[in-house]
Amino acid sequence: MEWSWQRIPSEFLVTGVKLCRQGKLGKRKGFLHVRKGRIEGLGIGTPTVEGIPALDGDGLVCGPGFVDLHAHFREPGHEEKETVATGSRAAAAGGYTSVVTMPNTDPAIDNTGMIRYLIDRGKEAGLCRIHPTGAVSPGRDGQGMTEFGDMVNAGAVGFTDDGSPIASGGLMSNALKYADVLGVPIITHAEDRSIVGKGCMHSGYWSARLGMAGMARAGEDAAVFRDIELAKAAGAHLHVAHVSTKGAVEIIRRAKNEGLRVTAEATPHHFSLDHSRCRDYSPLFKVNPPLREPDDVNAVADGLADGTLDCIATDHAPHTVTEKEHQFDQAPFGVVGLETALGVGITYLVNTGVMDMGQLVQCMSETPARIFNLPGGRLEEGAEADFVLFDPACQWVVDADGFQSRSRNSAYLGETLTGRVSATFRGGRLTWRDGG
Amino acid sequence: MILKNKDVLGLEELSAEEILGVLEIASRFRAVFDRPVRSVPIMRGRTVVNFFHEPSTRTRISFELAEKRLSADIVNFSTATSSFSKGETLRDTAENLAAMKIDMLIIRHSSPGAAHYLAKVLECSVINAGDGAHEHPTQGLLDIMTMQQRFGDLRGKKVTIIGDIAHSRVARSNIWGLNKLGAEVTLCGPPTMVPGGLARLGVNIEFDLKKAVAGADVLNVLRIQLERHSSKSFPSNREYHRMYGITEDVVRTLKPEAIVMHPGPMNRDVEISSEVADGPRQVILDQVANGVAVRMALIYLLSGGDPGALGVGQD
Ligand SMILES: [Zn+2]
Repeated sequence: MEWSWQRIPSEFLVTGVKLCRQGKLGKRKGFLHVRKGRIEGLGIGTPTVEGIPALDGDGLVCGPGFVDLHAHFREPGHEEKETVATGSRAAAAGGYTSVVTMPNTDPAIDNTGMIRYLIDRGKEAGLCRIHPTGAVSPGRDGQGMTEFGDMVNAGAVGFTDDGSPIASGGLMSNALKYADVLGVPIITHAEDRSIVGKGCMHSGYWSARLGMAGMARAGEDAAVFRDIELAKAAGAHLHVAHVSTKGAVEIIRRAKNEGLRVTAEATPHHFSLDHSRCRDYSPLFKVNPPLREPDDVNAVADGLADGTLDCIATDHAPHTVTEKEHQFDQAPFGVVGLETALGVGITYLVNTGVMDMGQLVQCMSETPARIFNLPGGRLEEGAEADFVLFDPACQWVVDADGFQSRSRNSAYLGETLTGRVSATFRGGRLTWRDGG
Repeated sequence: MILKNKDVLGLEELSAEEILGVLEIASRFRAVFDRPVRSVPIMRGRTVVNFFHEPSTRTRISFELAEKRLSADIVNFSTATSSFSKGETLRDTAENLAAMKIDMLIIRHSSPGAAHYLAKVLECSVINAGDGAHEHPTQGLLDIMTMQQRFGDLRGKKVTIIGDIAHSRVARSNIWGLNKLGAEVTLCGPPTMVPGGLARLGVNIEFDLKKAVAGADVLNVLRIQLERHSSKSFPSNREYHRMYGITEDVVRTLKPEAIVMHPGPMNRDVEISSEVADGPRQVILDQVANGVAVRMALIYLLSGGDPGALGVGQD
């Protein structure tokens, strides 16, 4: 029977694809059998079942749908930058089927109603599974704790005041203990603002040369160290967001060797770009934590390769064109990342020999799903049929006009990336098709 | 052509040849100052906009004077007195300026790179009058001109810049320019004010004032911005003065021909003692006069002024 992109049946086959799962990319072509939103079967060669419509995957890689543990969808409050709907579309275009959203909206996601609202908006959009995190403190003011228990019951998958660090070690300690009983992690945006001050880029040669206030590595290292010590004392799960320094990678490595319950993520921009990108004052390279030095970039990439850093998370942070037209020191921090993550991963990690394709896909799907206990992100019999088809060799030039995100603030505009998503399926339903 | 580009954004972008060329023109203008008629009508009918997004009396007056002496039509904008205000992006500003068809823009802005951005999007010439802590090329040029007047060729001359290097656009422009002319630059100040990253630009960093000034030909003493630092980068004005202040005691250790410079305005008895500020080593008023000459030279050259008309290259 013929395949039709327009009408995806409830049962179908994807044939001629290289399955990528559990850290390995299959050498021989295989197939995926989807039935009623779940994976009915998969394997090498051609399926034995007959009479089921099939798509010839034509050598594409078929991996688990990507899982992003760190995205800012800006709704409610800043719908001019992104909404759950536009963010979901960007995610689907990037091969993502599950997204963990950050609570620093306006107002902040700090109660059950807000958690439910986001999940509902995600379902309306119908493109990916939205897993909200809640704020640690009401209004993200760093004072007390929000109602973690209620929010977990409503679907919150973790707590964080991301965008801002938690200055009080006492609050962090309590949050870790309290969240752990509920089975969810605290995600730390590790930054000691008393060290970082008013910095707007990494503190080093380029900040000194350009006359910009710098953000010292020690501000991140010290905060990561503090939070790991607190997690150790509490015996709780700490997740370190957007690791950017070689020092932080080393501190996390030691904690893992000690057997602590610490997980960590790295963003595509932190394993691919260094602070020299700021030389022309383009706010497209203004991110927090900042782009750092080449040895930090290498340490982050190596940390991903050896498992010190568990996964790749985008820190997708949309901002309007106008905001990013302000001068570097005045512009907001952040870049979009969902639609370029795979290409950046292949270009800067796989093609450079830091890791192989199997490992990259695992860092973007299975591992993040596992450490946050999320459904999806697995390509196995009985699992949700969340999967991505991508061409690992396709070269393309990043152009904001092609973005599904409402924002255009990418750090890779004009750059040629290798690896492009062809189609994304969530629960057996097509959520993105390149050129379709 | 003495200047290759349409803009002067920093001494980073100028070659040694360009710097020397500008300073030669500046010295011609400087000579005109002593004549009864001090203006040259080269800029008649051309409009120069002084856009000061940050308060600065001295630099603005110096630019205005330079423009007046070249007979330009002058428009002044400052954030306090115009609609160019905070909420507006620099792009809005640029579009407004472009629509006004001006001939030259002098910009002072608190953000590093602001002048560079405007230069990229505007057709007219742009002179950076200070962008954040990044560069202040006209100050750098006038400092170098002042040093040249004393020492001629600056190759091998030792220049020590003292003070809040981290926040100083004057320091960065001095470093770029002096390095290109072969001088040896040393930075000195409390470690909280001297970013180690600058060492890669080819300068010495020395935290001990005595060592930093030993054998120096020039001390360029930066203004301490008291409002910025009072509580954080150093303990007190008193201690700053004792450890890094340029006093008679420091001056006594200098070579006899060494000079003391200051970009102004001074905090007397903080970074420089009154005795030194008024003493025989200081060349501060030369700096002020040279500032007007340097700015005249840049405006003249960027507007297509003919160096030959000033007698340059004829003798
Ligand atoms: Zn963050």
